[in-house]
This record gives sequence, structure tokens and C-alpha cells, in this order.
Amino acid sequence: MINPAGFLSLLFLSALPASALAETGGIDQAIDRLISPLSGFVERLILFPLPLPGTDAQVPFVVLWLVIAAVFFTFYFRFINLRGLGLGFRLVRGDYNDPRAAGEVTHFQALATALSGTVGLGNIAGVAIAVSVGGPGAVVWMMLAGFLGMSSKFVECTLGVKYRSINPDGTVSGGPMWYLSRGLAERGPRLAKLGKICAVLFAIFCIGGSFGGANMFQANQSFQQVVGVTGGAESWLADKGWLFGLILAFFVGLVIIGGIRSIARVTSKIVPLMAIIYITAGLVIIFTHIEQVPAAFMLMLTSALGVDSVAGGALGVLAIGFQRAAFSSEAGIGSAAIAHSAVQTREPVSEGVVALYEPFIDTIVVCTITALVIIISGSYIEGGGMSGVELTSQAFASVIDWFPYILAVAVLMFAYSTMLAWSYYGLKCWTYLFGENRRTEMTYKTLFLMFVVLGASMQLGAVIGFSDAMILAMAFPNLLGIYFLLPVVRRELDRYWAMYQRGELVPFRHIGRS
Amino acid sequence: MAKIFLLGVDGSECGERALEVAADHVRASSGKLVLCYVIPWSPFTFSTAEENAERHRRREEELSIAMTKFLQPRAKALGAEGLDVEVVARHGHPAKTLAALAREYDADTIVIGNRGDTPLKTRILGGTATALIQISHCPVLVVP
Repeated sequence: MINPAGFLSLLFLSALPASALAETGGIDQAIDRLISPLSGFVERLILFPLPLPGTDAQVPFVVLWLVIAAVFFTFYFRFINLRGLGLGFRLVRGDYNDPRAAGEVTHFQALATALSGTVGLGNIAGVAIAVSVGGPGAVVWMMLAGFLGMSSKFVECTLGVKYRSINPDGTVSGGPMWYLSRGLAERGPRLAKLGKICAVLFAIFCIGGSFGGANMFQANQSFQQVVGVTGGAESWLADKGWLFGLILAFFVGLVIIGGIRSIARVTSKIVPLMAIIYITAGLVIIFTHIEQVPAAFMLMLTSALGVDSVAGGALGVLAIGFQRAAFSSEAGIGSAAIAHSAVQTREPVSEGVVALYEPFIDTIVVCTITALVIIISGSYIEGGGMSGVELTSQAFASVIDWFPYILAVAVLMFAYSTMLAWSYYGLKCWTYLFGENRRTEMTYKTLFLMFVVLGASMQLGAVIGFSDAMILAMAFPNLLGIYFLLPVVRRELDRYWAMYQRGELVPFRHIGRS
Repeated sequence: MAKIFLLGVDGSECGERALEVAADHVRASSGKLVLCYVIPWSPFTFSTAEENAERHRRREEELSIAMTKFLQPRAKALGAEGLDVEVVARHGHPAKTLAALAREYDADTIVIGNRGDTPLKTRILGGTATALIQISHCPVLVVP
């Protein structure tokens, strides 16, 4: 284990070549020039656009891939995203928690952990990006995509629990790597090979995603926010993204390399608090302008149908909304299955039903609040040129002028917790590929920290392209494998649902409380 | 009639005094003693993915430490003088779990030390003993 002091000097060493470039037009620009072509290439490779018939709009194939899967799952499981909500709520509340298993990971804890990985910048910055690029209508499609995405989450998390492995040391490993390789292996030697390939591809993309959207994007957006509240372009920090990146990398490193768990534990307690503050502030703004809400919804609807939208008619707006939703809720991406698989249950479907709430809270509730605030405040029109978290910040500031400071803290916390969560997902994939030992783990963690610095130094456009590309790419192997596993999930669901309807799931609360 | 005494211990000095009191009662009534150790835990806390992955192992470790460090040595000492002693370790909210265990073991009296929690927690939230008095279905003997 590296001590913090040694770790700090390591970081400074890695920053040395960058400072040599300082004379030639700023370190940030140098880093950006260096990385942009590469990230642009990755972006074009994975987000290759398909032209939409009848319009000049384009939709990335991967977005279509996610939507088709989500729609298919919704019908195949007969609207589990609606009928599972009641049971899911009772499971989260702990009605069926077995008191004899007290001390294990509960449904609530699994959901909260998964949420801390997804609620964050996708909701705050992602919505702003969707509104500024696609107009208010994009939000409607985001919500619809979130609703359909609930079915994808259900499938992923059910499979994550079903094919998890309990290691000899008593720890639990689960996620797409396991259900793709093990699940498909059950279905014949041909599919076993496909499953193995899918699992490896998933692991590679997940590592990429953990460097991209879950890391560089987070570092980038939290830097923007900090610069924003410390004086914008005049801020002393404005052209020192690398410095901010180093500081952030240091704090991430304290947890993932230094093993200082207490920080992670504190973060995991602050993040829900931040989420509550954010939602409350959003609701306060919405209620103080309650008379504008119907108009805002009308604007969203008309713009969603392409009446006066900016980006190539209804289909163009739809593509933007769906893409941001996929990035925000990560439904169909497979990442959350890693977090959900540690839950204590004998019934995989029970966790799948709980996981429905993830896109629901993340994409439908939080994104709608953000969107309403942005639209009601009119910031998406006045704030021309602004995008991402800046726009959201300005929208909140137009009603509560000191809110950007709170938002800055919230963004930092969200970014930090997302980075910690994803560093774990990425690490699990890394060790799946390269084996579990100290050296391979340290290599991954060092790389992870270097990307934090890069992310804070780059321009938003370059970062978003790369981030989206890597995270969305995970959906290819993940969903491809899942299609072959659907009968398994269906069997599990039918059995569990029958038990539920026969009243065989006895709420434990009623025992011993007569 | 043999009475069942359920004792909550937490390793504190006060808990040890409660143990002596409970043992006296058990001797006097030639009853049975159920020794409980509750590991504070809530199903609604927030944890990291890594903690969750290790949770299963941690839980086993915590239970085994409670058993070997606290419960079994004491049960052994009391068992040596011929008392009927049973031990149980469980996770949960201390007061609620003790009350639930009392039902489970059909206890006649719960014995508990007055001061196990930190003074701050007692002052703000009320101690385990106070809470137990409120929710228990059987008499609670609080030992100062």
C-alpha cells in the first residue's frame, strides 16, 4: 500500500512533462490538442451515425440498439416496468427482509449504491446538454427512454444476481462479465464461445467507460462548475484544469490506492444528502413558478413532436433525448448489474424489480426536475452558448442566487462518488481480464488517476464524445448476450411472480409483531 | 417454574454488572439465561460497492468475533457452575432486536445495562435501555 505522501510525489512526477509545455500556450490546450484527435476517432467509430429516413437528422446506431432492446424487454416481460413498481417498493422498504439475514446487503443498500454511481452529472449536466442541443422536447424523449430503460435494468440486475459468484474468500462478484460468460455457457458450446467474447468485450469497454464518462467527464464538469462559481473566465483557476485534476486525482487516490475507506464512507453518506438538497431546491423553484409549469410541459411536448425544434425535426430531438437518457441512467449498459449483484436474496428477480427504481429516480424524477427548472427560468434561451452544468447552474441561480455554490459542492460530490463507484466497476473488469493481483490492480488505479487529470484539462466537446462512446459501447456485448438469456429471466420472473400472486412472499414484518 | 432471562451484553462495564445481576436471578429461579450480543446495523445505510461485495464476509467475521470474544467465554464460565446458558449474536437495531429476541426465546425478563451507548448518543437519541423499555412486551430489568 502506497502512503499518501509517496502517492502525491508520484502525481507530481506525472505532471512534470505537462509543465514543460506550459510556455507553448497553456498546459490545458496542449493536453487537449494531444488527446482530441484520438477521442474523436473513438467517437466516430462507436457513435457512427445512421441517417434517419425522411429527415436530415442522424441517430447513432448504438442509441437505436439500446432503444430497440428496451422496447423489446418491456413487451417481452409484459410491462414489468409498470407492474413491478409496487412489489419493488415493498422490497426496498424491507418488508420481505429476512431478519435471520440481518447484516447482509439489503435491497435498499444495493439500490442506493447503484444510484450513487448513476445519479450525478448525467442528471444535472446531461439534461442541460439535451435541452441546449435538442430543445425542450428532448426531455420528453429522455423521460420515455428512462421509462423503457427500466425494463433493461430489470433484466440486467436479475441476471447479475443469478450468475454472480461467491468467491472462496466470501466476497461476491457479479455483473455482465459473469452472466455473459456463465449464462451463455449453459446454453451450449457455440454460445459459450460467444459469451466469452461478449464478456471480454464488455470488460474492455467498461474499463474505457470508467476512464471516460465516469471519470474524465466528471472531472471536466466539476472543474467547469468550480471555475464558474469562482469568477468564470476571470477565475484564477480558469486555465488551470490540470491543477484541479491533480487535486481531484489526489482525493480519488486516497481512497482507491491509499485504501482510506472512511472517505468513501463519508461520501456515500453525503451524496444522498446532496441529492435531497438538489431535488428540494428544484421543487422549490418549480412550486414558486407553478403557474408556468403547464406551459413548460406544453413547450416540451410540442417541441418533442418537432413543431419548432432545432435539431432536425422530431426524430432528431428523439435521438438526442434517448442518447442523454442512456448516458444518465446507464440502462442496457450493464454497469449497474455489478453494484446490484451483492444483494442478499435467493430470488434474482427480487433485485431486478428493485432495480426498476434506478432509471425511475435517476432519469424520470431527477431529470424532469432539472428540465423544468431550466425551462421555467428561461435559461436555455438566454444562456446562449452555455451548455452542461453551467446552464443548470445559471437556471438555479436565476431563482436562488446563492444556489450555484451549493450546486458546485453537489456536483463535486456527485462526480467524486461516481468516480469511486466506476473505479470499482472498471477494476472488476480489469481483474476479470488480467487476473486478481496487486500489480494489475495498481496498474489500473494509476491509469484511472491519470485520466482524472486529463479530463479536467480537456475541452467539453472532446470529453463528451469520448465519454459517450466508451460507455455506450458497453451496450453492444451486454445486450447481445442478454437476448440469448431472456428465456432464463422469463422463467425466473414467472416463477417468482406466481409465488408473489399466490401470497407466498410473506412480509417478515408481520412475524413477531402480532 | 423455570424462568427465562434474556441478557443483552455489549462488552461495556455496565453490561458486565448486568451479567452478574442476571446470573443471580437465574441461579435463584434455576432458570435459563439467553446471552445476546447485538451488532448495531441498519438495513437503510449507504455503502460503497466495494463494501457491499465484502459485506457477506464481514458479517460472518463480526458474528464470529461476537461469539468467540464475548459470548462463548462468558457462557463457558457460567456453564461451568451448572447454569443453563444459550448464546446468540445478531445484527440489527439494538433495542428492537433485543425485543424481537425476547419474543423468539419467550423470555420472561430482559436484563440490560443502563450505559452501553456513548453519552452523546444517549443524550440526543436516548439509550438502548430507554428504547427497550418502550417497546418490550416483557419486564425489563435495567442495571445501572
